[in-house]
Amino acid sequence: MATLTHQESATAEQLVVTGGARKTFITIIVAGVVVLILGLLASMLGWGAAEHGEAAGHLGASAGHGAGASVHEEGSPVWLKRLLVSLWHSNVFFLGVSTIGTVFMAINYVAYAGWSVLVKRISEALSAWIIPGAVIMLVVFLIGRHDIFHWTHEGIMDKGNPNYDSIIAGKSGFLNLPFYLIRTIVYLAIWAYFSYKLRQLSLAEDQLGGTVWFHKSINASALFLVLYAVSSSMSAWDWVMSVDTHWFSTMFGWYVFASWWVSGIAAIALTAIFLKQAGYLKALTSNHLHDLGKLMFGFSIFWTYVWFAQFMLIWYANLPEEAVYFNQRLGGFEGHYTGLFFFNIVINFVFPFLGLMTRDAKRQMIIMKIVCIAILLGHWSDFYLMLMPATLKGESGFLIEIGVAAIFLGAFLMLFTRRLASASLIPVHHPFLDESVHHTT
Amino acid sequence: MTKRFAVGIFEDEDVLLHAIENIRAAGVKIYDVFSPYPVHGIDDALGIERSRLPIAAFFFGMTGLAFALWMQIYMLGFDWPMIIGGKPHIALPAFIPVAFELTVFFTCHGMALTFFTITGLYPRPKVPVIDVRATDDKFVMAIELDESSSQFPRLTQLLRDNGASEVNQKEMTNK
Repeated sequence: MATLTHQESATAEQLVVTGGARKTFITIIVAGVVVLILGLLASMLGWGAAEHGEAAGHLGASAGHGAGASVHEEGSPVWLKRLLVSLWHSNVFFLGVSTIGTVFMAINYVAYAGWSVLVKRISEALSAWIIPGAVIMLVVFLIGRHDIFHWTHEGIMDKGNPNYDSIIAGKSGFLNLPFYLIRTIVYLAIWAYFSYKLRQLSLAEDQLGGTVWFHKSINASALFLVLYAVSSSMSAWDWVMSVDTHWFSTMFGWYVFASWWVSGIAAIALTAIFLKQAGYLKALTSNHLHDLGKLMFGFSIFWTYVWFAQFMLIWYANLPEEAVYFNQRLGGFEGHYTGLFFFNIVINFVFPFLGLMTRDAKRQMIIMKIVCIAILLGHWSDFYLMLMPATLKGESGFLIEIGVAAIFLGAFLMLFTRRLASASLIPVHHPFLDESVHHTT
Repeated sequence: MTKRFAVGIFEDEDVLLHAIENIRAAGVKIYDVFSPYPVHGIDDALGIERSRLPIAAFFFGMTGLAFALWMQIYMLGFDWPMIIGGKPHIALPAFIPVAFELTVFFTCHGMALTFFTITGLYPRPKVPVIDVRATDDKFVMAIELDESSSQFPRLTQLLRDNGASEVNQKEMTNK
């Protein structure tokens, strides 16, 4: 640390996405496709029943050997249902993480934070997935909504119809198709617009210099954060909570946000480490990693706090209409989700909590890397736990879900690195760049 | 016991950090630096070893957690079992908020007491005030002199070269 005060200022660095990296991304996608096809075959031919524990007595599970495939009580065959729900699940996760890039940057602007300038381009590049994610979201919703959302079933809100469900009908003011679509499009439009806007301001700053872009970015960020606070919470109700149409939780918006947010920070930290190890971001030191590590540590605890607040109130009050959520996940469907339920707490709380507790751990790339990957995996499975029990009951598995997630990951990385390579990795004219270069903790 | 110091006064924290590095590089041992507020990076510049307080904090926390769990399990499970809300006597989820609070309570009180004890701030401060302006707007660097104070002119020059706005000689009597 003897050179503490004598670092040179950072200069522009251009990322080159090597052929090897591109091959890796394609390999991830190909591997995903292979796993997906295996999963679909397994599900169609009925191997799934053996693989995922025979759901004894489950409706329709025994009917479906051979060409017909196992047919669920309503809607599509199980394999299609699983495919659609997986697409929705991975998309909600990746879209959320992608948006967190912009949120992270906006918070740093509004807080006049200087330390994070070196990783700013990473958070900008994360939002490259918002547009494709938005398209996938709308397409999956339009095609597969009957298999994902209970409230979209025919006649469920019409009195006299055999499908009529008075509780769901009571929510028709909010959960109806036009309003839902308008809301979804509004959230996505807000996120995409502000990501684009902040990126443009940042690129203009690179070209032209001056502090005018910085001040404009602060104004845009402040407005975005207000809108994001509302839209992230509401999107969590719409995209995730409304699959459990009867159930409700006032903590849910925060819960989903906490999951996205800590994953987003893990993604930023992981990218920074990979870039550093590939020889980029020369000015990035263990001090920056330390701060990212603190955020990951803190927000893992925050996620747990929100998770536990939701769990404990429901457990204590034990009202049937609320407790059903945890009944399904803890021991429900023949214990289908029980293991994952505890795994979720261990990987998202215990592991980051103990792993990142010491200062040294947060400053070491290898430990940070392991914890970042664990957090990303952990929160992907957290979304799995939020979405699967309501949509697939005891029929969810892992092959299709992991295959879809791998395809998303590969595609995400391609767009992400392409945007990362399209501008200097260092925002050279950011007024706080020097502060970030000299950052110490 | 009386100690003699060469006291350099600095106006700016960046100048101070550079000065610390240069003076240590010149082979001079710095007794201590006093600043009106915590200066980022000063511990590393001065070569101060990292505090072991976090380790103590961890064990205080564990003590608090263990105490909280023992207290609740013993009281509600064995000493005076009560049925609350139809839950089992030992209902762990209900114990977590108390366990959390007591962990924090033990950690912060334990850390504060440990800190005051090992730094000599308890029962009353024993740290010499070398220059009162360090509590206002100046950064003060103290370098211990030997009996003869023969190196004082050289140190004055060194401190001045590294941006000290004034250099004084000061005697402190340690009670």
